[in-house]
Amino acid sequence: MQKRISSLPFHDTAEQAQKLDEVINGLKGQAGAVMPALHQAQDIYGYLPLEVQKKIADGLDVPLEEVYGVSTFYSQFSLTPKGRNHISVCLGTACYVKGSDKLLDRITQKLGIQPEECTEDGLFSLTACRCIGACGLAPVLMINEDVYGRLAPEDVDGILDKYRE
Amino acid sequence: MFRSNVLVCGGTGCTSSNSEQIIDKLNEEIKAQGLDKEVNVIRTGCFGLCALGPIMVVYPEGAFYSRVTVEDVPEIVSEHLLKGRIVTRLLYQETVVDDNTTKSLNETKFYAKQMRIALRNCGVINPELIDEYIAQDGYAALGKVLTEMTPQQVIQTMLDSGLRGRGGAGFPTGLKWKFAAANPADQKYACCNADEGDPGAFMDRSVLEGDPHSVLEAMAIAGYAIGATQGYIYIRAEYPIAVKRLQIAIDQAREYGLLGKNIFDSGFDFDIDIRLGAGAFVCGEETALMTSIEGKRGEPRVRPPFPALKGLFGKPTVLNNVETYANIPQIILKGADWFRSIGTEKSPGTKVFALGGKITNTGLVEVPMGTTLREVVEDIGGGVPDGHTFKAAQTGGPSGGCIPASLIDTPIDYDNLIAIGSMMGSGGLIVMDETTCMVDIAKFFLEFTVDESCGKCTPCRVGTKRLLEILDKITRGNGTLEDIDKLEELCYYIKENSLCGLGQTAPNPVLSTLKYYRDEYEAHVTEHRCPAGACKALTNFHIEAAKCKGCTLCARNCPVGAISGKVKEAHVIDTEKCIKCGVCMEKCKFNAVVKK
Repeated sequence: MQKRISSLPFHDTAEQAQKLDEVINGLKGQAGAVMPALHQAQDIYGYLPLEVQKKIADGLDVPLEEVYGVSTFYSQFSLTPKGRNHISVCLGTACYVKGSDKLLDRITQKLGIQPEECTEDGLFSLTACRCIGACGLAPVLMINEDVYGRLAPEDVDGILDKYRE
Repeated sequence: MFRSNVLVCGGTGCTSSNSEQIIDKLNEEIKAQGLDKEVNVIRTGCFGLCALGPIMVVYPEGAFYSRVTVEDVPEIVSEHLLKGRIVTRLLYQETVVDDNTTKSLNETKFYAKQMRIALRNCGVINPELIDEYIAQDGYAALGKVLTEMTPQQVIQTMLDSGLRGRGGAGFPTGLKWKFAAANPADQKYACCNADEGDPGAFMDRSVLEGDPHSVLEAMAIAGYAIGATQGYIYIRAEYPIAVKRLQIAIDQAREYGLLGKNIFDSGFDFDIDIRLGAGAFVCGEETALMTSIEGKRGEPRVRPPFPALKGLFGKPTVLNNVETYANIPQIILKGADWFRSIGTEKSPGTKVFALGGKITNTGLVEVPMGTTLREVVEDIGGGVPDGHTFKAAQTGGPSGGCIPASLIDTPIDYDNLIAIGSMMGSGGLIVMDETTCMVDIAKFFLEFTVDESCGKCTPCRVGTKRLLEILDKITRGNGTLEDIDKLEELCYYIKENSLCGLGQTAPNPVLSTLKYYRDEYEAHVTEHRCPAGACKALTNFHIEAAKCKGCTLCARNCPVGAISGKVKEAHVIDTEKCIKCGVCMEKCKFNAVVKK
């Protein structure tokens, strides 16, 4: 899968840096520590800037290209920051058969962004994901932690408005 | 003791439709009515009937409430729990006999033909309490194995039972264990594949959410049989509820001495850790999964050597699927003969299917092997809704194929599905009606495999991309008959030359749709027409002037302003502007909008 890489300058807080140090120290010397480290780093920063990957590589004494190889291999790892509200439209089979592609079309039109992009005001970002396992509610989309199911394309407008306030 | 138990489904589907808030409200109302010493609220795993979620069942009456909302809760508490009057309007209508009596769930069409082995505790116990699992004979199988059986006897029981891997390929579990046991090593591993990557399959998630201890117990049994002391569960990070319950279960099992050192005072040590996946479909393949547990890019490697000889960290390893494990404690307790008496000769036992797509009762069902597709779709699934007709069922996800309506009486087992060009896969079963285009579905699955191909071997990396390009060309109406032949030839090439299961099965959706729906491919090519009306490039929306009343509803809902016309006069769609979203067709009350 092609990954987009962020061109935004990297900023972190002292608190974030300290948390990352704790994560790295806790995993030092463990076999197979790169993935757990990336998971936890993404929880701290919301995405995986190159600077953070360098720190993980140095801390775990693993070549940077190996860390970068892992972070670009798995779709859960994001190299771009997310919007304040992150929308995932499920394109799993059950949702697709029930027309979730039309939900995605409607959102890309409404927001003027494509999947893996963020709106200019930073309010929304969008991905098309593979099956969140709520197939009984197809078609579904997820905004942050909220799941919306049994949707029709025209429901999208009202749902998006809720997050604009 | 409580006089009444209220079970609320806490699976992902029902949680998505607010079952957490319902539980909070229930507890609040029960307390307000002073019933908190008499009524117990339990959050369970999945009941299976996700279409009707959120689900609530009140015992001892067995009243099955469906599509409950937070607003319904005060009524249920004050009427049913306080006054003993069942709230009939909220009951699953099939369970209502007359005004105030209900029949058992097991007599409803959805449940009557099911037989629950892997799902036996889902929707029955609180998955976050080990005591409830133990009360259902939990850990008795591990006790029996450690105190009464030798590792060889355990393996023999598994061989005799004929249990085959439920993850897709159907390899005999006992044989896998036998190979791993035969290889001496200082360290071995018993692992669980919970990287349920097939879109549309969620049985493993439901087992882990509803009955996590059954998997832990079976892993310890596998560890004892092959001589492993450490287990790993590789689970998708997309399943937060399952991960949380699994961690709770591991902690409780350790506390009870059912994992850790010297289990049941037998001298046997076994512990389990969780490893999170990060969204890579190829990691469902066993060698890729092990590479991923090692913290690397999850790329598969050449077999042999098989994992039974050189697996995780280069040590002998068995890797079984969640559903496979969930069957094992019951096989140990009830015996291989009991298990063989269920299902078919070559595929004993049951299989869990995730019903999805165009079917009334979406959800999870577990049926004996050999049940026909018709029974699953029509009797249990309630058929295709909204007056549409059954066209095909897709099994096996991106590795599987479509079963056409003409083969609906096929008894489902591993070998029959392979024979008709599909495969069992993990058990996703997506129903399609006449509005689904089979070329578009093949393209949908190829988009998935192109995205998910790890890129290590050329036939898969480049071949699937070429397949997708040809399919795309056909769905745009630019294909030729020669393209269809090329497509078929390339499919066989990719099947024969790919490194791992992903590439070897990636062409299946194309081959099976070509086998049964070649006429649809040809219609796209020769007539530039999509018979199902699904391919956008080949479909245009029109308004039939004779039927249009000029109500303006379509024009008001069109997102791109492509519809014009005056009130009470026939409207017109500007096909240049139209993005073919279909909203006008859904909105029109007079069926004036048609696809051509």
